[in-house]
Amino acid sequence: MSLLHRDLLLHWVLRIFALLASLIVGLIAIFLIVESFPVLNHVGLLAFFSDASWHPTEQLFNLLPMLWASLMVVVGALILSIPLSLLSALFCEFYAPTRLAVIYRRIIELLAGIPSVIYGFWGLVVLVPIIASIEAPGTSLLAGILVLSFMILPTLTLFAITAFHNISQQQIANSMALGISKAGFICHVILPLARPALLAGTVLQTGRAIGETMALLMVCGNVVQTPSHLFEPMRTLTSNIALEMAYAMDDHRSALFVSGFILLLIVIGLVILSNLLVKEPNDTHTV
Amino acid sequence: MIPTQFNKTTPWRDKLLATSAWLAAAIVSLFFIWLLSDILWHGIQRLSWDFLTSDPLDAGRSGGIGPIIVSTLLILTICLVVAIPIGLGCAIYLAEYAQQAHPASLRYIRGSLDVLASMPSIVLGLFGSAFFCILLGFGFSILSGGLTLACMVLPLLIRTAEQGLRDVAHEHRTSAAALGLSRYSTLLHIIIPAAAPAIMVGIVLSVGRALAETAALIYTAGYVTRMPESIFDSGRTLSIHIYDLSMNVPGGNSTSYGSALVLIILLLFINISTAWLNEKYFTRKFKHA
Repeated sequence: MSLLHRDLLLHWVLRIFALLASLIVGLIAIFLIVESFPVLNHVGLLAFFSDASWHPTEQLFNLLPMLWASLMVVVGALILSIPLSLLSALFCEFYAPTRLAVIYRRIIELLAGIPSVIYGFWGLVVLVPIIASIEAPGTSLLAGILVLSFMILPTLTLFAITAFHNISQQQIANSMALGISKAGFICHVILPLARPALLAGTVLQTGRAIGETMALLMVCGNVVQTPSHLFEPMRTLTSNIALEMAYAMDDHRSALFVSGFILLLIVIGLVILSNLLVKEPNDTHTV
Repeated sequence: MIPTQFNKTTPWRDKLLATSAWLAAAIVSLFFIWLLSDILWHGIQRLSWDFLTSDPLDAGRSGGIGPIIVSTLLILTICLVVAIPIGLGCAIYLAEYAQQAHPASLRYIRGSLDVLASMPSIVLGLFGSAFFCILLGFGFSILSGGLTLACMVLPLLIRTAEQGLRDVAHEHRTSAAALGLSRYSTLLHIIIPAAAPAIMVGIVLSVGRALAETAALIYTAGYVTRMPESIFDSGRTLSIHIYDLSMNVPGGNSTSYGSALVLIILLLFINISTAWLNEKYFTRKFKHA
């Protein structure tokens, strides 16, 4: 085989691998749509938002309580973990002595790799009994929020550390030359400059949080209802799939694929939003 | 390293921010210690050679986790065997041939990998059960589980490997071209060896992600605790074992703790080897640059 032919062959092989990798998402979307089709054909899309309740065996398919539950637990977790992750990233970049910063970063990296099932297990055996001693049953929205916020905190922190790290040394030198205080420097130079990257990372992490299944399945109690206060049990959209796939048949099974498709749409929306945020031009500020 | 010469005339706000940063770090570290010491304390009571090698008894309440470790490793192997060639091929294409590709097709590839990276794992599980288990007829099996996991780790593997390939100094490519090396030889003998540590980091990270996964496997690899005889048998991974024992088996917590400790030790090992690889190869490169 001539050299040119070998190069050409290589190019085609690589192109096919790239195509294969990018086809997976399309394939997933097609499967979700095809499997959703029977129930959409029988009851229509509107039934998923207007039916009286979620009793799929009786042809009642209201997903809203679970959609709200997913949303509430994610928003709650973000409210807790965003400030904590920002502060702990600031600690790592600007406050900790170098050696401590390295150790702290290692801890965060390790936490980011801990499986959700272990967070869920810890939540179930440690956190839930503590919450139950305040108000029964313990498995609740609050337990979900706490476990989820600890789960997304490490990745959010790593995003923030990278964002702070990418700010040019030149900016820092300029700020010091102006005689600015450290807090002023962080609030008026670092945070505004890092904002697009921080926002993009947070949006991406929101997607992960909405997709989180196991930990929430283990600590939230799995009662289908819109929780009215922190101590009430609830069930997220993802937990619902994991719980009911085992025995779902016909329209019920198809309805679970509909909820999977809704999750896919939410994630696609968030990924697009995150990409838009990253591309937001920040060049006007650079020196 | 940076903030040494800041103006210190506004101590009030400085002190507040510094205190909150230290406090946040303390909260995170305390939580970390709480989580790990709890699992270590309870898990170590179950850990023994016997626990690692014997069959589970009484629905997992007693006995060991031998078959579960074997299933986990088999699923991991299948995942890597499928994901590494595809991921590496795609990464090389994106890093080396991007200029020759149509911009729209590049946008499509990157966009779909971004979505795949954020795909909820339970949705991947739905897809895996409809595609691998039912359409391709693999049933609940180690093969279906491994293939589903391969789909899951691909974006991570591609992103890390692509970055590694891009970081290979441009002079390598121009020198190779000046010497009359073909594209094929340049890739095989110069660029891939130079990017090998980054590719290795990508693989190690993927192993970590795959080990941690539960939701995508429940309806693809299944629940069976028997020792698998082939890749067409169902087998449960460590993470499913932890989930099942703590949720569905009353009195299964002690085995859950034991399995959680084994899983954390495996992940700790992976974490340390990634850090070691990074330190060994990348810091050195930075010094030269």
